[in-house]
Amino acid sequence: MTFQTIGKSLRRKEGFLKVTGHSVYADDLRLENCLYGKTIRSTVPHAKIKEIRFKDGIPWDEFTIVLPSDIPGLNAVTLIDAEQPFLAEREIRHVAEPVALIAHRDKHLVEKARHFVHVDVEELPAVLTMEEALERNNVFKSYLVQNGDPSEKWNEADVIVEETYRTGAQEHLYIEPQAMIANTIPGESVTVWGSMQCPYYVQKALAPLFDLSHENVRVVQTETGGGFGGKEEYPNMIAGHAALLSWKAGRPVKMIYDRREDMWATTKRHPSKIRVKAAFKRDGTLVALDIDILLDGGAYPTLSAVVLSRATLHAWGPYKCGHTRVRSRVVMTNSVPYGAFRGFGAPQAIFAIEMHMNRAALELGIDPVEIRRKNFLHQGDQMPTGQVIREKIDLEMMMDRALELSGYHRKRADFEQFNAQSRPHRKGIGLSVFFHGSGFTGSGELRLASELSMALTGQGGVEVFAANVEYGQGTNTVLTQIAAEACRIDPDLVMIHQPDTSAVPNSGPTVASRTTMVVGKLVERAALELRKRLKEPTDFEASARQYLAEHGELRITVQYEPSSDLHWDDEKYRGEAYAGYAWSCDVAEVEVDAVEYMARVTNFVSVVECGRVINPLLAAGQIEGGIAQGIGFALYENVVLEQGAMKNNQFTNYIIPTTADTPDIHVNFVEFPHSNPGPYQAKGIGEMPIDGPAPAIGSAVAHALGGRFINELPLLPERIMDVVESL
Amino acid sequence: MSFQVVTPYSLDEALGALASGEKLVPLAGATDLMVYMEAGTLAPCRFLNLQELDELKPTLSVNGSLTLGAMTTYRDVRVSPIREQFPMLAWAAREVGALAIQSRGTWAGNVANASPAADGVPALMAYDAEIDLWSKKERRRVPLAKFYRGYKEMDRRPDELIAALHLPLPQPGWVDYYRKVGTRRFQAISKTLLAGRILLDADRAVRDIRMVFASIAPYTLRAVQTEAIVRGRELTPEVIEEAAQAIQDEIHPIDDIRSTETYRRRVTSNLVRDFLSL
Amino acid sequence: MMRVSFTVNGKDHEVAAPPMKRLLDVLRDDLALTGVKEGCGEGECGACTVVMDGLLVLSCLVPICQVEGKHVTTIEGLAASGHLHTVQKAFLENGGAQCGICTPGMILSAAYYLDHPDEARDIREALAGNQCRCTGYTRIFESIKAASS
Ligand SMILES: Cc1cc2nc3c(=O)[nH]c(=O)nc-3n(C[C@H](O)[C@H](O)[C@H](O)COP(=O)(O)OP(=O)(O)OC[C@H]3O[C@@H](n4cnc5c(N)ncnc54)[C@H](O)[C@@H]3O)c2cc1C
Ligand code: FES
Ligand code: FES
Repeated sequence: MTFQTIGKSLRRKEGFLKVTGHSVYADDLRLENCLYGKTIRSTVPHAKIKEIRFKDGIPWDEFTIVLPSDIPGLNAVTLIDAEQPFLAEREIRHVAEPVALIAHRDKHLVEKARHFVHVDVEELPAVLTMEEALERNNVFKSYLVQNGDPSEKWNEADVIVEETYRTGAQEHLYIEPQAMIANTIPGESVTVWGSMQCPYYVQKALAPLFDLSHENVRVVQTETGGGFGGKEEYPNMIAGHAALLSWKAGRPVKMIYDRREDMWATTKRHPSKIRVKAAFKRDGTLVALDIDILLDGGAYPTLSAVVLSRATLHAWGPYKCGHTRVRSRVVMTNSVPYGAFRGFGAPQAIFAIEMHMNRAALELGIDPVEIRRKNFLHQGDQMPTGQVIREKIDLEMMMDRALELSGYHRKRADFEQFNAQSRPHRKGIGLSVFFHGSGFTGSGELRLASELSMALTGQGGVEVFAANVEYGQGTNTVLTQIAAEACRIDPDLVMIHQPDTSAVPNSGPTVASRTTMVVGKLVERAALELRKRLKEPTDFEASARQYLAEHGELRITVQYEPSSDLHWDDEKYRGEAYAGYAWSCDVAEVEVDAVEYMARVTNFVSVVECGRVINPLLAAGQIEGGIAQGIGFALYENVVLEQGAMKNNQFTNYIIPTTADTPDIHVNFVEFPHSNPGPYQAKGIGEMPIDGPAPAIGSAVAHALGGRFINELPLLPERIMDVVESL
Repeated sequence: MSFQVVTPYSLDEALGALASGEKLVPLAGATDLMVYMEAGTLAPCRFLNLQELDELKPTLSVNGSLTLGAMTTYRDVRVSPIREQFPMLAWAAREVGALAIQSRGTWAGNVANASPAADGVPALMAYDAEIDLWSKKERRRVPLAKFYRGYKEMDRRPDELIAALHLPLPQPGWVDYYRKVGTRRFQAISKTLLAGRILLDADRAVRDIRMVFASIAPYTLRAVQTEAIVRGRELTPEVIEEAAQAIQDEIHPIDDIRSTETYRRRVTSNLVRDFLSL
Repeated sequence: MMRVSFTVNGKDHEVAAPPMKRLLDVLRDDLALTGVKEGCGEGECGACTVVMDGLLVLSCLVPICQVEGKHVTTIEGLAASGHLHTVQKAFLENGGAQCGICTPGMILSAAYYLDHPDEARDIREALAGNQCRCTGYTRIFESIKAASS
């Protein structure tokens, strides 16, 4: 099959505006008579609110002030449940919890006024560790996946390896902080514009807040300067706040977080503690696997249940094992709520299993490559959920390619020799192999029932109406390419409508690596349907113009259709967890300095199978960016918590890799276009690249340190020091 | 209640304003001051903008010693031929933030800001820099190594300006060493740092030495006791180890959000070993 | 309030502003040049990078009282008379921009480096003050390589 547009590295559709500085982000919008809003937040992790005092020294009569009693509807963010209040009313459950809102036309005065609001509280004991939460049985959600019975297998094994792995919180650090503008007609309607991934989530949260019907809440996404999951659910909160202030003031209100507030108060990646027990035969065959996952959910459930689900369903890695048990729990603490972050629980689980495989190889005295070859999943094999891998996969081939591109075997030997001489630094190389499920888990897509519209345009092209946003990952361009291919028109004739709930149908949230695979499929189907209505024209443009001349308009809407052979049992947690999986192998090289104990990644290779690659340039960019974030997760990014909130909440104190800390990254695509449900057999790619770097780097560091594994992320020099000193 | 600025156009005017008794805060490249303002840690005050003063203009003149005018920036040093004679100044300049900080941040600002984690100060101190402090009343010169007294405490009166920095020209034979241990390669605050210079005899005995450390004490520290241990001795492994141990008694590192006392202690000794094993 | 005269992208401006107002805010609020972005407000992210009298500066750290008589260039001034600067073109063609929020600052720093290759040892050092959370920098390096050839 040859394609016109699919597989071509088209320029980013909105790229011109971005390189010239003319893109309009939320803070770039100007509204007449706009007020600036600020959030008053708690400074203790658990307490009863006694009184909120507005101290002298501020002209409070000029301010708009919102307290819980001003809320017209439901004081809770409607997400999976409706538990987290927009403003805490009686009880404070975490540091930085919103308790009141203020707004004024003078930006600087609001900033100052914030310090003149005092929240009198009666402090209550706080739970700040996962262990303590578990002891008290503060469990938000738990899952169990079991296949066979590992407990019967321990005494048959030659070697049992058991370890506990920990990962810290991770901050998204999108470069554009949370930003929202609201304008309302009090009593009637609400409109918000802002930086977000999921316009319909915001609508769903705001309608009950104001007791309005959904149509009376309009949500418009402005150009979004990065999200990575951080703008999945949090925008509900800030949008609600801006809208509440506007509702009371009767004027537009802008809320732009400064960096400190953004880092202090918004969600992060869930910290994890994962115990892995694995039984092997002498030759490396995996016979039993028992995994216990614990995540810190923070003070409110947010999306923790689904994050835990994804962690659970990625815990076994790309291996077959007849006897597997995964038990997982996410607990409630008095920390700032943790939330969605690229990978959504999978990076924590994959760090554990992949480190564990490398550790097991060491204990078995075989190469990390060989232990994988022994256990890889193949077409026709079953995962512990009972899901049979129907698509063609060839993990051996992918791993071999990664080994070859990185010169793995030669370097492994060279580095061991190098390390045998005492030098100012040591070198190591390590790998990881992993998968990532595309789209919502299990029956999630069925429940979403996404809709998408497409219409003919006067130019003889089409316009796509979808709620999925562009936030750097390439939605505009990829959906354009799919539409152009399916219609057989020039991509310049495809327009993408701005995500605006008053104009686009609900094609679901921009999350879960679902845009290309699930929403892209809707684009393809809509396009094919349009072609059918135009009677399969040879000249689409001409037919479209003619159709419009005769009929005025042609707009069709399609809805998600599950493929009939996918089944998921939410009760038993069995079945087809994901409609498609993407697969990958990473190889990382590191140097560990003997003076400062600092590990640096010096080279990185990633081989990726994500079905058909719609736009190789954008896809590579996604993977490279995910890898850089993964390097940060592995080595640098350390959220220091104080009373459950980020203490190092400044750009200068939260260390992400800069140009000088990011190695050359080599991305290589393997394409097995086989029957998977995506458009042109494309699968999702947004999240997967952050899954593999941490275990590959962790194993490379262990290699450099002569086989000493460090089970806790990030691998800060302070942690490496103890190991090096013991050499 | 808000921030004010006076911009004098002559030195007399500037020193006169400083002598008036009102507290004025000198404003140079503003790379520290703007951060304090943004963070809300600086109380409203009146700034004395030094940008228009001819006498303080960026200069790098060699006349028996090197003189850096107070407004000399890191970039000025990085692009100047002076880096041949004072290599450590260029290395240090390269470590300060990134390019856009280096084009505005000044050496004098680094000195007066008195951060224990300053990267410019250790290099200046290792070169035996002296500071010109000018006020309406007097003009005096003090050695940088004696300038600090405690955390952000220094030998500068509120009516004094740092007018210039003087660095004696290095004799031939000195070898420079500068190593910053930060949280990442660039754009990092140091966890510990050693700016060292050493002059060896033909028989490898240490004729003279400077060892200056950052981030392990309340202010930039010249380790005179450890220097004394190696001065005059041959750099045998035993002497090096002695120095690496001795430094432990001179430093007072702490735990903070960037690192731990233990890490700073161990790595500081490693830096001493690395430096002396040249 | 003080009056400050300076040029931006070749045009003369006079603004009345508190003397310590950030150049960033003057550009965005007074002159409506919103291509300059604020990512941190403390000199760390580089999103607010502009060129002042030929030097790279962070506009969040420059008080307007020090801009008197200066010449400022922002991303809006880089494309001369409607033609993209070679670096802008290269970013567009090589995937150098993703979410785009770091892009104006990144492009100005990249253009500065191409004009002053001796001021940093390599591209990595030259751009170490401009943080990008999306790209992993690979496409940015590719863009700059393309622009320099
Ligand atoms: C993003 C970022 C990264 C940084 N990275 C580093 C780094 O890596 N290493 C490092 O050392 N520093 C770093 N700094 C701090 C800062 O850039 C330096 O300390 C710089 O040298 C300060 O100089 P300045 O001219 O900008 O000082 P200003 O901010 O103008 O002033 C600093 C202090 O010095 C006083 N002062 C200035 N000039 C005089 C004078 N002539 N006489 C008397 N008092 C004076 C001021 O009153 C003020 O108290 C960084 C800052 C930022 C924002
Ligand atoms: S906003 Fe100026 S450097 Fe971040
Ligand atoms: S492109 Fe998003 S931060 Fe650089």
